[in-house]
Amino acid sequence: MTALLEVRDLRIAFPAPGGDRHPVDGVSLTVAPGELLALVGESGSGKTLTGLALLRLVPPPGRIEPGSSIRLDRTDVLALADEPLRQLRGRKAAMVFQDPLASLNPVLTVGEQVSETVRAHFPVTARAARQRAEALLAEVGLPDPARRYAAYPHQLSGGMRQRVMLAIALAAEPALLIADEPTSALDVTVQAQVLALLDRLRAAHGMAVLLITHDLGIVASRADRVAVMQAGRIVETAPTAALFRAPAHPYTQSLLAAIPRLPRAAGGAT
Amino acid sequence: MTAPLLEVQDLVVHYPGGGLFRRGAPVCAVNGVSFSVARGETLALVGESGSGKSSLARTILRLQAKQGGTVRFGGTDLFALRGRALRAERRRLQIVFQDPASSLNPRMRIGDAVAEGLAIHALAPRAEWPARVAALLGEVGLDPALAARWPHELSGGQKQRVAIARALAVEPALVVLDEAVSALDVSVQAQVLTLLTTLQQRRGLAYLFIAHDLAVVAQVAHRVAVLYAGRVVEEGPVGSILTAPRHPYTQALLAAVPAPDPSAPPPRLLLQGDPPDPSALPPGCPLWPRCPHPARDAHCQAERPALRPVGPTHAACHHAGPAA
Ligand SMILES: Nc1ncnc2c1ncn2[C@@H]1O[C@H](COP(=O)(O)OP(=O)(O)OP(=O)(O)O)[C@@H](O)[C@H]1O
Ligand SMILES: Nc1ncnc2c1ncn2[C@@H]1O[C@H](COP(=O)(O)OP(=O)(O)OP(=O)(O)O)[C@@H](O)[C@H]1O
Ligand code: SF4
Ligand SMILES: [Mg+2]
Ligand SMILES: [Mg+2]
Repeated sequence: MTALLEVRDLRIAFPAPGGDRHPVDGVSLTVAPGELLALVGESGSGKTLTGLALLRLVPPPGRIEPGSSIRLDRTDVLALADEPLRQLRGRKAAMVFQDPLASLNPVLTVGEQVSETVRAHFPVTARAARQRAEALLAEVGLPDPARRYAAYPHQLSGGMRQRVMLAIALAAEPALLIADEPTSALDVTVQAQVLALLDRLRAAHGMAVLLITHDLGIVASRADRVAVMQAGRIVETAPTAALFRAPAHPYTQSLLAAIPRLPRAAGGAT
Repeated sequence: MTAPLLEVQDLVVHYPGGGLFRRGAPVCAVNGVSFSVARGETLALVGESGSGKSSLARTILRLQAKQGGTVRFGGTDLFALRGRALRAERRRLQIVFQDPASSLNPRMRIGDAVAEGLAIHALAPRAEWPARVAALLGEVGLDPALAARWPHELSGGQKQRVAIARALAVEPALVVLDEAVSALDVSVQAQVLTLLTTLQQRRGLAYLFIAHDLAVVAQVAHRVAVLYAGRVVEEGPVGSILTAPRHPYTQALLAAVPAPDPSAPPPRLLLQGDPPDPSALPPGCPLWPRCPHPARDAHCQAERPALRPVGPTHAACHHAGPAA
């Protein structure tokens, strides 16, 4: 199958005293339609910046270096003018940001923020957009969505805000979902609900997912392939089962060795 | 035994309904929660998203109002303190917020943010601050050179570690950690957890550790309290809670943990549906509409179960028993 996303030699530079730093330093990866690629790795290794670069959202003064290439659904993302770039964001690829509180608009209700995104991408009436927004909030597992539609971000719990972010990203029905730690504030039951939703969207619409996560339990149970990042580079990419069975790179090995484990149940609750 | 360091009794936290909720009924986020944390102890607080953990945490720190109950810290009623006495207790009681980005001042460099507490509480001569800051950053696995950066120039996990360093800088007696290691990869996470444990052993530091990751809880906690709809539904020693939970909600939580092994069977989802409406809590057991327990009955719907001893834990369930 041809790749939906193809990244080649992505380098991101930040000016620093004594010469540029490159927190992302030659990243290459591909994601096929319907595939879930997990991007794992050290805190500060460049996962978020890689995700932002796919939408050309690297914060200034950071910049994507010449020689990098990002192709999304046959479009050369780095060559796009402003208007086609705007269209690409949302429809072709949408991002769930790592920090929901900083990414949500504090003066709009969460429902308004979802329905705004719906209206930005589809020619629908305000009423239809509202209905779609409520349906999306229900799908991501926000309890009592019709009522919480009118809540402001600060009135929701951390995990509720995270689900709102996901609803906004899904509102444009993207071909690729870039999800940066989308479930880190969710308990395991709600988390399973959200991941099951992503599985359904992958199966039904061929949505591809680039899942940035530290949770190796999620990786083991949901990812098709895994890319492991350290210090700005991808040090290993492998199908999930193979990576867990025989990690090749020493960093991957040390990561797997550090996974905290639950004590085994002593009967009763099995 | 000596008096507990932190003692929370019948704490109630409600938010005014405003326009958000029908008939303006208040949101009952925390509904009569009691627990205590001893010096040198870690109590983990786990529970469904929206069950009131962060509300509880902020209230304990006196960062928001309570509608009932008491919070005693070192034997004194925190809500009765004023002025200098309050400032002194504030140093001994620190919090790492769930959203580290929004708790760091965007106009303060990382080094200054970590040193701020040293300055406010006059804990060290000014000349010693840079070395202290560098040591603290190193201890949480950060390059001390990051001291010169601004918060927006850090990754999510780096900000989280700065928030931890900032809380530890003032040598507190108790730290409330609200999802404080959730943005860290497992090896950095292990390093931070080891640091917390070492400080605990060395200085008798106590932690209220709010977390969704039960494997992490297994590593650091002595006791666990499980929150559901603003109430403690089970409480007990970490080993008992994680290996032989008695409450159906705790059992459902544990069954849903995905194993870090691709060949393991998928986790089981025992809970369907939504948690109860916090502005209209049912009279009986809050879990009733979605409870997976086979013995769930009309009695559960009519009468709210109180916390009672069940084996080594306390559980709030009419039907909790050894072989649940
Ligand atoms: N705006 C910025 N200016 C300067 N440096 C930055 C900026 N954003 C990130 N960095 C640096 O780039 C590196 C990679 O950051 P990134 O946010 O991509 O890490 P990450 O892999 O997502 O980490 P985490 O798992 O902790 O979120 C880090 O060392 C970080 O300090
Ligand atoms: N400022 C507020 N105004 C109104 N309601 C609020 C406010 N803050 C929290 N709530 C509500 O209180 C309840 C408990 O929220 P809280 O943030 O304490 O949950 P939590 O257990 O920390 O959840 P999470 O695990 O998702 O962080 C939620 O229903 C939330 O919507
Ligand atoms: S009291 Fe009844 S409904 Fe509540 S948890 Fe126990 S069995 Fe379930
Ligand atoms: Mg990140
Ligand atoms: Mg919270």
